[in-house]
Amino acid sequence: MQKKLLTALVSTAALASLTGALAQSVRLTDNVVRVGVLTDLSGVYSELSGQGSVRAAQLAAQDFMAANPSFRNKVQVVGVDHQNKADVASNKAAEMIDRQNVDMLVDLPTSSAALAASEVASKKKIPVMVVTGGTTALTNEKCNKYTFHYAYDNYMLANGTGAAVTKRGGNSWYIIYPNYAFGQDLNRQMTAAIRDNKGRVVTNSDATPFPNTDFSSYLLKAQSLKPKVFGTMQAGADLVNVVKQYNEFGLRQQGIGLGIGLLFETDVAALGQDAFAGALATVPWYWNLDQRARTWAAKFEKSFGKKPTWAQAGVYSATMTYLNAVARAKSDGGDAVVKALEGHRFSDFFARSAYIRPQDHRVILDVYTVQVKPRSQAKETGDIFTKVATIPAARAFQPLAESKCKF
Amino acid sequence: MNTQLLLIQVFNGLVNGAFYALLSLGLAVIFGMLRIVNFMHGALYMLGAFTAFALGQAFGLGFWPSLILAPLIVAGIGMVLERGLLSRLYGLEPSYNLLLTFGLTLLTQDLVKQVMLSQYAVSSAPYTPPPVLSGVVNLGFVVFPKYRLFVIGLSLLICLITWFVIEKTRVGAIIRASTENPGVTRAFGIDVSKWVTGVFGVGVGLAGLAGVLAAPIYSVEPYMGAELIITTFAVVVIGGMGSILGSVITGFAVGVLAAVGAAIYPPIANTLVFILMALVLLVRPSGLFGLPEGAR
Repeated sequence: MQKKLLTALVSTAALASLTGALAQSVRLTDNVVRVGVLTDLSGVYSELSGQGSVRAAQLAAQDFMAANPSFRNKVQVVGVDHQNKADVASNKAAEMIDRQNVDMLVDLPTSSAALAASEVASKKKIPVMVVTGGTTALTNEKCNKYTFHYAYDNYMLANGTGAAVTKRGGNSWYIIYPNYAFGQDLNRQMTAAIRDNKGRVVTNSDATPFPNTDFSSYLLKAQSLKPKVFGTMQAGADLVNVVKQYNEFGLRQQGIGLGIGLLFETDVAALGQDAFAGALATVPWYWNLDQRARTWAAKFEKSFGKKPTWAQAGVYSATMTYLNAVARAKSDGGDAVVKALEGHRFSDFFARSAYIRPQDHRVILDVYTVQVKPRSQAKETGDIFTKVATIPAARAFQPLAESKCKF
Repeated sequence: MNTQLLLIQVFNGLVNGAFYALLSLGLAVIFGMLRIVNFMHGALYMLGAFTAFALGQAFGLGFWPSLILAPLIVAGIGMVLERGLLSRLYGLEPSYNLLLTFGLTLLTQDLVKQVMLSQYAVSSAPYTPPPVLSGVVNLGFVVFPKYRLFVIGLSLLICLITWFVIEKTRVGAIIRASTENPGVTRAFGIDVSKWVTGVFGVGVGLAGLAGVLAAPIYSVEPYMGAELIITTFAVVVIGGMGSILGSVITGFAVGVLAAVGAAIYPPIANTLVFILMALVLLVRPSGLFGLPEGAR
């Protein structure tokens, strides 16, 4: 009895001193790491990111705390709505950092909002991991020491889809794009990728209002121009309307294919996969990519009630990568974490062969060109993509030599 | 741009024009007769589309029954709201009913979003046109969806019927009398408040109808009326507040203008209507077909 008590006492003491030592060695401001998910909780991108992104970040925090006992009860997640507006994003970012003591920002759908928040955060020396915003300006002329671009970007989309469609014979395009930072940038990148693959854009691309519901004017224009591909750079609810009306006007039957710049699983679900069948897209991940992806997706679905989009999976991965960097740096100070992230090589269920480029903070990873299956070929709900090709990390993103980033 | 392409866009603009006309017609009827600025009109349009979608999901009802049932349901909801809430504000400043209807709009949108997410696991859903109207038809100068032609035709018909009933029939005369001079009308033994409720029901029923018609073209989602309502109000103002003819003609004209604008210089498409509104108000402060307030 005595011996047992003694052992218990000794081991408790040892454990206490051990955790004490660990806690002391990690330097956290106000003793908590706060992850700020700045996202669209109500608008056109709320289904593909939104609450699902907040949940993904929470799951990452839980898993991280379970794996690192010294951080038990020390990671918190805050979700805030930026309404896809640059000015709101900028205000909310400042408020989260100043008042809620957030130590990093993640997600950031809508490029204009991502750019605005990235600028605020860099002034306050807080790391930002942009997952859902696509503009390449983040790792080029607008890059900064605290901003990391995770998951995808417009260069990767254009390089993947533009090249794949053009090589498969879709060599003349007419393109429409939503008139804000993301659409303008994706249109430029896509046009360049088409030209690099010996295709052509038949007339000037048209900038459409954002958000917008009626695309009939542009579909009729496509009808008269007769390109091989009608390229749409819209995303989310806007993309759903474009594709719906593309089918309504019978463009496919008139020999005009559909090229999609950015595609999320929720867009396909909203319209039914037959409306998208045959369309090619480039994605950084999808839930039934392989067993590792499926395992994580099942866990997410159990917690959230829906399968994850690749944006939400990306938010989990980015949050985990950030938290691991905090653990390595033994600090949540912006500069220390940035240092721990730069040059880091890793591979998780989402990011394969991943490497964080220190020069421009582009996170490079393997990406996939996929084709939407018709409903008849789906084995279960949500089984929408067939993998056409894997684009290895080193070739998927803008080469460092072309980057305009200086910091 | 060549003439043929311009003609095609003029034609295409009639589709959106049909929606503007139906919606602003409802607004004009409600404002002209009841002096209510119904900001909830866009949400009721969305409810029309959502009801059609929900009827299909729950009871397997197709497009045709929904085309009749959904506007009736929306009209019913409208009449309950008029009796229960709006009627309590008569005699107060118009800003009160504007605030009330704006609040109801936000409430309706979020409620529908919750229902869609909990019942159907989506917040934006597809709705297909009936088989007889799906597909395209070659009109010689353009290949155009059959369904959109149907929308133009039906909307013109409805506008015509509404105009006829109000201007040319006994029912119309009673409605006009009850709003012109409720006291005298009551003296003739007519129950004015019942007529007011009925007119409100017809007005929002038109919004519901526009919603059902829109469902196969746009995706059904909680905020589909939010953007449209702003343009519709501009249409009503341009046409002359309360003028039935004005709202119908202006509705179609604005649709055409926006389509042509979108084809020539896309970024201006959504702004054109407001430029037009500013110009019209400069020249004719009471709108194109409106009478000055004193002349009523």
